[in-house]
Amino acid sequence: MTEQQNVEPAAAPVSSGAVAESAGGADLHIVEVTKRFGDFVAVDDLTLTIPAGAFFALLGPSGCGKTTMLRMVAGLEEPTAGRIVIGDRDVTALRPYRRPVNTVFQNYALFPHLDIFENVAFGLRRKGSKTVKADVERMLDLVELTTYARRRPTQLSGGQQQRVAVARALVNNPEVLLLDEPLGALDLKLRRQMQIELKRIQTDVGITFAHVTHDQEEAMTMADTIAVMNAGRIEQMGAPIDLYENPVTTFVANFLGQSNLIRGSITGTSGGDSLLDVQGIRMAMPTSRVHSDNADVWVGVRPEKVHIELAGSATAEGHNVAPAVISDASYIGVSTQYLAKLPWGQEVGVFAQNMTTQGPLRVGDEVSLSWDPENTFALDAQQDADAGAEKIEGDT
Amino acid sequence: MSAVPATAKKDTGADTAQAVGTRWWTPYALLSPGMLWLVVFFAVPTITLVSTSLQSGTLESGFSFTFEFGNYVDAVSGSWEVYLKSLVYSLLATMSCLAIAYPLAYTMAFKAGRWKNIMLVLVIAPFFTSFLLRTNAWKTILSDNGFVVTWMHNLGILEVLNAIQIPVIFADGISGADRVLQTPLGVIAGLTYNFLPFMTLPLYASLERIDVRLIEAGQDLYATPWTAFRKVTFPLSLPGVVAGTLLTFIPAAGDPVNASLLGGPRDAMVGNKIYNTFYRLFDYPLAAALSVILMAMIVTLVTLYVRRAGTEELV
Amino acid sequence: MATETISRQASMTAPTDLPPAPRSNVLLRLWRWLRSHVIAILGVLALVYMFAPVFVVVLFSFNSPIGRFNYTWNEFSLTAWTDPCKDPLMCDAVKLSLTIGMISTIVATILGTLIAFALGRHRFRGRATTNVLIFLPMATPEVVMGSSLLALFVNMGVDGQLGAWSITIAHIMFSISFVVVTVKARIAGLDPRLEQAAMDLYADERTTFRKVTFPLVLPGIVAAALLAFSLSFDDYVITQFTAGQSTTFPIFVWTASLRGIPPEANVVGSFMFIVAFAIVLIPELLRRKRPA
Repeated sequence: MTEQQNVEPAAAPVSSGAVAESAGGADLHIVEVTKRFGDFVAVDDLTLTIPAGAFFALLGPSGCGKTTMLRMVAGLEEPTAGRIVIGDRDVTALRPYRRPVNTVFQNYALFPHLDIFENVAFGLRRKGSKTVKADVERMLDLVELTTYARRRPTQLSGGQQQRVAVARALVNNPEVLLLDEPLGALDLKLRRQMQIELKRIQTDVGITFAHVTHDQEEAMTMADTIAVMNAGRIEQMGAPIDLYENPVTTFVANFLGQSNLIRGSITGTSGGDSLLDVQGIRMAMPTSRVHSDNADVWVGVRPEKVHIELAGSATAEGHNVAPAVISDASYIGVSTQYLAKLPWGQEVGVFAQNMTTQGPLRVGDEVSLSWDPENTFALDAQQDADAGAEKIEGDT
Repeated sequence: MSAVPATAKKDTGADTAQAVGTRWWTPYALLSPGMLWLVVFFAVPTITLVSTSLQSGTLESGFSFTFEFGNYVDAVSGSWEVYLKSLVYSLLATMSCLAIAYPLAYTMAFKAGRWKNIMLVLVIAPFFTSFLLRTNAWKTILSDNGFVVTWMHNLGILEVLNAIQIPVIFADGISGADRVLQTPLGVIAGLTYNFLPFMTLPLYASLERIDVRLIEAGQDLYATPWTAFRKVTFPLSLPGVVAGTLLTFIPAAGDPVNASLLGGPRDAMVGNKIYNTFYRLFDYPLAAALSVILMAMIVTLVTLYVRRAGTEELV
Repeated sequence: MATETISRQASMTAPTDLPPAPRSNVLLRLWRWLRSHVIAILGVLALVYMFAPVFVVVLFSFNSPIGRFNYTWNEFSLTAWTDPCKDPLMCDAVKLSLTIGMISTIVATILGTLIAFALGRHRFRGRATTNVLIFLPMATPEVVMGSSLLALFVNMGVDGQLGAWSITIAHIMFSISFVVVTVKARIAGLDPRLEQAAMDLYADERTTFRKVTFPLVLPGIVAAALLAFSLSFDDYVITQFTAGQSTTFPIFVWTASLRGIPPEANVVGSFMFIVAFAIVLIPELLRRKRPA
């Protein structure tokens, strides 16, 4: 969609005037914010800072409080406790129309009685802008909807409405742009396109984006920094790769992709490594990747990091090894997804890229599972091993 | 996720209908003028009516409040036949309304597609013409020598209806041997016609809210169209049926116009009786008692409804 | 054997062992069409039933009746339309009905809209009572409401001075409920996120109301006003109880029905119908004309 478009190099700034304004957006500080609805705590003492110009994602399942948090930043909900600071201004007590923040709503919330032009112009007119026409036209151009300026929202498709919603918010040059699951209603292909679009816009315009979603792939694709939220609290925050490769809680380990969690205990240390006893098998891992004060841990490794070979084959030097029997093999073409049963009955998943034309291993085959200790992570065994995992019907 | 209690409110908060940024007294300020009007000109007069029904005296000598429950005794003993007649006529009219309104509302809700709004306009439009003129028009349509009556006579329908004679209610048959006007049938026909919108609109509102996919699910689960209607659509439309009935049954029972214009002297209903008692006999207390009895009927029905379904769906 | 199999698989002609297609019967097709459209047919019949008297009213406005009663067709005539105020009493009655209609519509619409906003947008105690008090006037027989108002006026001692003022009071009273129902339905259909979006876009509460909420609720308010006006213009029973010596159009028609309704009354009825029909139909048609 965008490739044939006229090139928007960084040299030609998107906003014709006030380049200085659009250079950055502002830091967003959320300070010890709590929100209670009666007895229910939606947001529990949340503190985080989103640096200016970042693309930040608040990721979590439905009901975790992420949308409530977003609405509090917008001013549409009042925190029960805590403060919200944008740049150096404490906006906690400010009404939504006084905050330098704009929102792209989940169902777009376009005004049905106004045409597209007036929808986008709405915020500008309220602020008494003198350059309404120019700004709106420029923004419609940015989202490629110039010819639709005089149509009504109901005459546009979902994807087009979504772009209008983005334009309507962006045209006001907010310091922070909030996005509430804006891509939820779009089909897969459109969603992918819009993800790239939004990322591009954010990079061009440089405004701080705060994106709320339950789709972990979306968050990983678009955001620089992700905060995983669960039951009103942030479980972990960091760059996508840090969260994925080095989760600190079982929730994060299960919510982002899939993880194998095996019960074990730390028996000692050796240099920078921790020694483990995993159901009788001796293993090792870097101490820096142990996220538990407790010696009883969940030893975690991602399915794609595990090598699977027929028993008796040579495994790489220094790898952690465990014997298993294949209980399921799903050949997908690009890869094969195995379920392998360990001697103590636990099944773990292995994703193996199909590197040869051999075909997969078969159910019942005895195999060796092995992985690089560097790919191991250890989590407190007191945490629920199923936290954050997708429940599939039929699973015990 | 497991930490969230099952009854927890959704964290979106977008569902709160509460307008943002209002003061506690705003709703009361908005309500007061209108509700005050209703209190003063509906609630208070109703109380006055009850009070009048317990008075005694005459127009010349003046009325005074004497707890005259005898008025109610007179009302019931003297008019129980009229009440019975009125309720039966009204019941038949309500059922006829339902029979006509249901297909109409159903068509509008499910089959009309783009024409839905036009149909809505068409349903409401006739009621912009004076209902007295329209009821009089029925006198033309149902006139003794007119096309409709002749046709019914030839088909023998009138003979059959004339033969159904029930004392008090249909003393001379539901219709005349060769007449519809000046018979109970005429009255019921008029009532049906005039109260049709009160049945159609709530029914339409209720049907419109039904998710078509529920009906499709029923059909997917082996229900024939008729069974799907019986087991899925109709039960879901019940609130509309009840609302329509509440707005039709008692008001029709109290209507004096149809009985006057389309009925004979023996077809008078309780509305006529009340009117005559006020304006011919000037027996205000008795007339008030007759009215209060009608009022009690509707209040009872509404109370029963509210007990089952609460008040939110009423308005 | 192998060649047999191959030739069977490769055959592109239609097999000859299927039963022949059933002969389509025109009557059968018609019956099927009727059966699948029975609901729609009933719906249309219902509409015909509803419009029949209207048709008669309009038709007979062009009648020149023999004698006083306008029940049988005599001959076509335009005199009723060209000289509608032949009976000055009728035109006075129409004027009175129009005046009362205007006033009661304005007041009832305002009062009812305020209530609708309170019910639809706010939480407050006493909702149940409010709902019941608004519902009752719609479900109460007019005879009862009329007689209770008369009882009130009698007890206040003003029953000798009833007139346009008392009629207007009564009309406002019973119209409020219908306005509330109509406007509240419209408010309920309003997405609260639209107002939130407006505030997110720098509109304060009052501006949000002016620029977003009110324009979106307006169609409902207009519909409510039309409804209130029709209810008022057309009301007979309650009006009769509260009119005293005044004559509104329905009262005129009623009185006339005893001695013969003049075709001029049909003219008024037809005219009202056409005007109201146009008011409701035209915006609908305009909406369809808008370029897609």
